[in-house]
Amino acid sequence: MNLQQSKDQLLGAYRQMKTIREFEERLHKEIMTGEIAGFTHLYAGQEAVAVGVCEHLDDKDLIVSTHRGHGHCIAKGCDVKGMMAEIYGRATGLGKGKGGSMHIADFEKGMLGANGIVGAGGPLATGAALAAKLDGNKRVAISFGGDGSVNQGAVFEAMNMAVVLDLPVIFVIENNGYSEHTGADYAVGSKDIASRAAAFGMKSLQADGCDYFSVYETMAELLDLAREQGLPSLAEFKTTRYFGHFEGDPQNYRAKDEVARHRAEMDCLKNFRNQADDLNIALAELDDIDKQVLQLIDEAVEAARAAPPADRSEITTDVYINYA
Amino acid sequence: MPVKTYREALNDVLHAEMARDENIFICGEDVSGGAGGSSGEREASGGIFGVSAGLLPKFGDLRVLDTPISENAIVGLAVGASLAGKRGIAEIMFADFLGLALDQAMNQAAKFRYMSGGKAKCPVTIRVPYGAGMNMAAQHSQAMYQIMTSIPGLKIVMPSNPADAKGLLTSAIRDDDPVIFFEHKAMYGRKGEVPEGEYIIPFGEANLLCEGDQASIITIGRMVIFAEKAVAKLQADNIQCDLIDLRTTSPLDEDMILDSVEKTGRVVVVDECPPRCSIASDIAGFIASYGFSSLKAPVAQITAPHAPIPFARELERAYVPGPDRIEEAVRKIITYQ
Repeated sequence: MNLQQSKDQLLGAYRQMKTIREFEERLHKEIMTGEIAGFTHLYAGQEAVAVGVCEHLDDKDLIVSTHRGHGHCIAKGCDVKGMMAEIYGRATGLGKGKGGSMHIADFEKGMLGANGIVGAGGPLATGAALAAKLDGNKRVAISFGGDGSVNQGAVFEAMNMAVVLDLPVIFVIENNGYSEHTGADYAVGSKDIASRAAAFGMKSLQADGCDYFSVYETMAELLDLAREQGLPSLAEFKTTRYFGHFEGDPQNYRAKDEVARHRAEMDCLKNFRNQADDLNIALAELDDIDKQVLQLIDEAVEAARAAPPADRSEITTDVYINYA
Repeated sequence: MPVKTYREALNDVLHAEMARDENIFICGEDVSGGAGGSSGEREASGGIFGVSAGLLPKFGDLRVLDTPISENAIVGLAVGASLAGKRGIAEIMFADFLGLALDQAMNQAAKFRYMSGGKAKCPVTIRVPYGAGMNMAAQHSQAMYQIMTSIPGLKIVMPSNPADAKGLLTSAIRDDDPVIFFEHKAMYGRKGEVPEGEYIIPFGEANLLCEGDQASIITIGRMVIFAEKAVAKLQADNIQCDLIDLRTTSPLDEDMILDSVEKTGRVVVVDECPPRCSIASDIAGFIASYGFSSLKAPVAQITAPHAPIPFARELERAYVPGPDRIEEAVRKIITYQ
């Protein structure tokens, strides 16, 4: 456990993880009402990764996210109400209802977007890292991706490019065990994601993705490499997702008891609470945060429901900045 | 005005713009060439067609980046950096290789601004040598601009002469939207007068190269040169045509097209692409929808055939639309009753 984190920081990290968890749990319920359109990929179960990474970052650092991006958005500071409104397809959403769940972005927060194309974030993050390198101000870029993304050529190209050009980018691979409906042990031929980084000539570390402290400390080492030496690396975090690939996925590929078992054994919030004593944090303080988070999510859903729908006059705006 | 080649005009712009704005960088395969080679020559090629020559010694290897052969990552590199405050120029060595980079162009660069509700800015320029005429066969000769033109969010540019190469590339680099800039391989050595100093041609403004009231020839890129040859022969027989160089297919100068159609009522569209879903069929469809009442004859579409580009000299020469076919089409439509 990292004692360099202040109590405020630790409480902040817990709040972020709890916010992501409740955001997703609530969405799972609301989606069943039929009020939310389209594809939604929930992040619950993986919260420690997004938060353990983003706790090291500020608004100048850049992240590129995935189709399962709500957690990264919240951890990087995107407005929760603006996100909820976007997922509801409202005019008040972060993308005015034009992007939806898979395309939430906030460039002022250094959040370069969730992304509907698995692996596309790798090349984008190397570009963001190049911008950081050219500016010479020790910014870093993070490419979030799942175990499925490591089988995409775009990610191989990006890893090699990052090594060849010496770019301060970290490929954060969240191995939740499934590439869509197919097991990672089947789809990753070598069954070993971290060793792929070594093949490209970059350092890699593996850690428990369901423990905030494990993620935070692993990232501290790799971020030092990126910020101080400008070098790329890869982190593989073993984690799980509490829901399907997308909402409505019957998850026939998972053993009947797997999710319940993982919820019991692989829970970053429980892990955090179990360590509260050692951290000099009272459980009552965490209970207070839980209440505040639930209220925030309630407000976000209510506000999204009450918000005006996306405006039809916006269909052809924002395609270009200028189009003669 | 000084006379320069198309290649020199483009090279001048890269030098001038990179000197003007330190946020600009260029990346691609062999943009300088020589990295890691045994000769120690750090600028071994200056781009496979020489367009980026001299940039490395002047701007250094932080801003002039030789990359691995990884088209998707090359475009992604430029796009990601451009989202993060830079102004990236990526070179895709042959337009045919856009297939490898299509995701970053089509799903990423083209859509960020829209998906973010207007928050993103992605001022990237993707330079793409294109076109047939050098016997490079089916995978190194395609035009590809028709495919890219169909993608909302991208701007598509193809200069037909050295002056336009200068004016349009300057606009492309300074543009805040993603631009795919098509440079015809067979035109790099062509010479023409190029204005000195800053020279900017706005997008969406076609160039009316000559005027006449008997027919409208609408075309782009290298086909403009062939159309000019056809026009010279037609003029010798006192057949007068409007010749429109579209310069950009997205945005499209719809006003100039419709004004010309209204005047002549007879149209030949010339396109280097195969016929299906081509620029020719796009323009013909546009005219049929919005200029129908002016038409006195069917719109003639001069295109390549629905076939891959062949290798042998005789075959490629017959494949690419040439001056004779343009001339013949004009003679045919002006007598159509």
